[in-house]
Amino acid sequence: MPTEPLVGEVRTPDSPALADAAADWSAAYIHLPFCARVCPYCDFAVVAGRDYLVDRYAEALEREIDREAPWRPLDSVYFGGGTPSRMPVSAFIRLVGRMERQLGLGPDPEVSLEANPEDWSPALADGLVEAGLNRVSFGAQSFSAPTLHALGRLHDPDQIVRAVQVARRAGFRSINLDLIFGTPGEPMAAWQETVERALELEPDHISCYALTVEPGTEMGRDVAAGGTAPDPDLQADEYEYAQERLERAGLVRYEVSNWARPGHHVRYNLAVWAQAEYMAFGAGAHRFRGSVRSRNFRRIDSYLEAIEGGVSPTAGSEVVEGWDREVERLFLGIRRAAGVIAGPGGEGLRTSQAGDRLRQAGVIAFSERRLVVLRPLLTDAVARALLALDTP
Amino acid sequence: MFPSARIRNFCIIAHIDHGKSTLADRLLELTGAVSARDMREQVLDSMDLERERGITIKAQAVRLQYRAVDGHDYVINLIDTPGHVDFSYEVSRSLAACEGALLLADAAQGVQAQTLANAYMAINAGLEIIPALNKIDLPAADPQRVTAELVGVLGGGPDEVLALSAKTGEGVEGLLEEIVRRIPAPAGDPEAALRALVFDSYYDTYRGVVCYLRVMDGTLSAGERIQFMATGEGHTTEEVGVLTPKAVPVSSLGPGEVGYLITGVKEIGRIKVGDTVTSSRRPAAGPLPGYAEPKPMVFSGLFPTDGDDFERLREALEKLTLNDASLQYEPETSRALGFGFRLGFLGLLHMEIVRERLEREYDLDLVATAPSVAFRVKLIDGQVTEIKSPQDLPDPDARSQIEEPYVKAMIIAPSEYIGAIMELVQTRRGEQVGMHYISPERVELTYLVPLGEVVFDFFDMLKSRTKGYASLDYEPAGYRVSDLVKVDILLNNTPVDAFSSIVHRDKANGYGRMMTERLKALIPRQMFDVPIQAAIGGRIISRETVKARRKDVLAKCYGGDISRKRKLLERQKEGKKRMKMVGSVEVPQEAFVAALRVDAD
Repeated sequence: MPTEPLVGEVRTPDSPALADAAADWSAAYIHLPFCARVCPYCDFAVVAGRDYLVDRYAEALEREIDREAPWRPLDSVYFGGGTPSRMPVSAFIRLVGRMERQLGLGPDPEVSLEANPEDWSPALADGLVEAGLNRVSFGAQSFSAPTLHALGRLHDPDQIVRAVQVARRAGFRSINLDLIFGTPGEPMAAWQETVERALELEPDHISCYALTVEPGTEMGRDVAAGGTAPDPDLQADEYEYAQERLERAGLVRYEVSNWARPGHHVRYNLAVWAQAEYMAFGAGAHRFRGSVRSRNFRRIDSYLEAIEGGVSPTAGSEVVEGWDREVERLFLGIRRAAGVIAGPGGEGLRTSQAGDRLRQAGVIAFSERRLVVLRPLLTDAVARALLALDTP
Repeated sequence: MFPSARIRNFCIIAHIDHGKSTLADRLLELTGAVSARDMREQVLDSMDLERERGITIKAQAVRLQYRAVDGHDYVINLIDTPGHVDFSYEVSRSLAACEGALLLADAAQGVQAQTLANAYMAINAGLEIIPALNKIDLPAADPQRVTAELVGVLGGGPDEVLALSAKTGEGVEGLLEEIVRRIPAPAGDPEAALRALVFDSYYDTYRGVVCYLRVMDGTLSAGERIQFMATGEGHTTEEVGVLTPKAVPVSSLGPGEVGYLITGVKEIGRIKVGDTVTSSRRPAAGPLPGYAEPKPMVFSGLFPTDGDDFERLREALEKLTLNDASLQYEPETSRALGFGFRLGFLGLLHMEIVRERLEREYDLDLVATAPSVAFRVKLIDGQVTEIKSPQDLPDPDARSQIEEPYVKAMIIAPSEYIGAIMELVQTRRGEQVGMHYISPERVELTYLVPLGEVVFDFFDMLKSRTKGYASLDYEPAGYRVSDLVKVDILLNNTPVDAFSSIVHRDKANGYGRMMTERLKALIPRQMFDVPIQAAIGGRIISRETVKARRKDVLAKCYGGDISRKRKLLERQKEGKKRMKMVGSVEVPQEAFVAALRVDAD
């Protein structure tokens, strides 16, 4: 159970105590896959042009929630997508209500949704607050019009400004902006401008993501055909710039890509990185319950068919136990600025040659029984070293 | 014993694919040695690899019976010779067992360098040469031009050149008659003490070492005590026989006769090609001339890609040397490549054959270091030492000079490529010693070139600059003092032994630059900057840097899909396993192979 209130948090987001406490939180994720169009870099479970399924899908989600065995009251609920802001307010009222009745909500839960600026309106914002939502994460991505165009986004920079103002007025207690850096063709100056304009809006939370080209996406095909890929060195420069600038503005980096003002960390994310259990609903959703990670059908039709046919929508699962679980705890935990309790896995790394090399290169440090990554841009090198450890 | 006046001993000298084996088959067929039904195509080439590459590695001898036009029965021994100069010592011993040689040239392709080299050896050995064109049935055949080439090379008249098609059999009967008529009968005194020349040997799993020999004087009988004069080994002859081509035991072999000898010796190294067999009861006063130890010319380190295969490699080498006494090897340890062997080869082809046999017949995955030669190093104290590996080169202040082996390289090519060839040879420190037109269109160029330059992709470069038309042959031409230096390659300030090379001072910069550039492209970015340097002693001559990897993290939102992330990391981790640590630098196994590739770029 979280012991911290949602807002007015005294601990800073990168506090080790907070990071460790999150292992005992309860969280739920609901996937809402509908989009106006699919962004060229997106490899999530999304659909465009199938909004006629919205009602059926919301109903299926309710049925899936009903199938779930009772659990602890939820500390956080996260509506991700896709584009959750394309869903009608009525759907949120039904889904939040269903979760409250079926699963129970904690005394002061975090209820968060992702939203696109172009969908946002005072009526929607008011309705969502009424439905119990208290945090919104805007897919702002950039304040540069050419970059937004290259990313296939449908909004313009001014719509981001208006959306944040509307959300504040409606009473959202925590507002996030997602930003993307490293879009091919975007100069450093444009990224700096994006960071500045984001800070002017005084968001509570900022996520900075490196544009990542995934196979199977439109961008992946372009790059495979000889198109320009993101430059990892430029991305490193941009990341370092953001880190320096955001810290100066009072935002604290608490995970590789996430910065928050004190008290505005995302509970759902902290729970996932702490290897906490969480439930999940919807097409392509992933959960971790007991020692089992499982995932739902990714295709919306398969998901609907399963639910409507009264069978489990689970497409696959794996048991994570023993050493595997220990290693996973570490490779998730090291993404946080607070690091992770070293434990047997951390000890294994500390005494390995690979661990030595990482320490000598200034990538990791061991202090007070914690393993901390000092150079977050090299986190995956540490993760691979952990996975390569021999099972003791 | 057959009267020596009715014996003819000859061999066939021909370029690869000019039809030597096919002609041998026809001769066997025609003389009834092999019935057409039993005939496996190209009987003389017995090893699979040999059949595939179209070359002959081990010489063999076949005894043919032929009734000539004069009504007499003749024994014609066809002694097969290896076609390639790598085996020139074996060729010279085969030639020493003959009185004549058939010089076979493809009627379309003309005379090639290695044919010529072997023809000169035969002439110097005093053999009667019968020039002949083969493949006259080919539409592209140009008998007139090739006849002119043969006459130009050998002298004589065009009427002495025979025209054959081994494929159709045309002219083959006439050839047998010419052999009887033109090749002298062997001399030799049946009453003299036994002297027989060992011109080849091979290892048979059941019988042990089988030697091929030619009796010069006296008589070799089954069951007698014999002695090998060079090695001093004494044995009793278990079996003496002739090959028809089936092995047929005989009671004795007299002067001029060619056959085989089995003594029960199991180790091929104990019987030396070129040795003289004599009788223990009545030893000859002295051995036949020309004996020499085969000397490796080209060296290369071989390392198993998987370190666990070291024992398998050792076993494979032991087995290979059962059949190939000229292959030498000794264990070698490389910091970069682990445990392996340094092998000495007679030449480049020999090296290629051995490597291929190891990989194919023994299923080994090997990394080979760049071929190098043996250098003679004179130390300050006047001592001379031979080094076969750059790692063994004494420090500059401990040595006074380095000598490197030279070869005489003969190149035959269409004359339009003279410029391109001269240019190439010049970049290889070659020195022209001769040029002569063997026909209006084709020229023979002779150079003195350091062997070290020839072993490094010279043949490939020659072929590519002459559209494949040039042929090359070379023979040892002694040692010369050269201004040589050792170039070391350092990775993050640690020397990588496998990349060190001894090169001419003028070429050190080029070698250093090539290696540092190649390695820069092959070594993945690490967590820190990795300098790659080429150095002569302490002096850096070239430098590249693999810049540190700055971003190695999935910095995107991945929505709780931990399993997928884990799988991605697991896959990347598997890639890391194929890395070798050189100091603190991770180097992919493939980088060693690619950097050492002779024909890269």
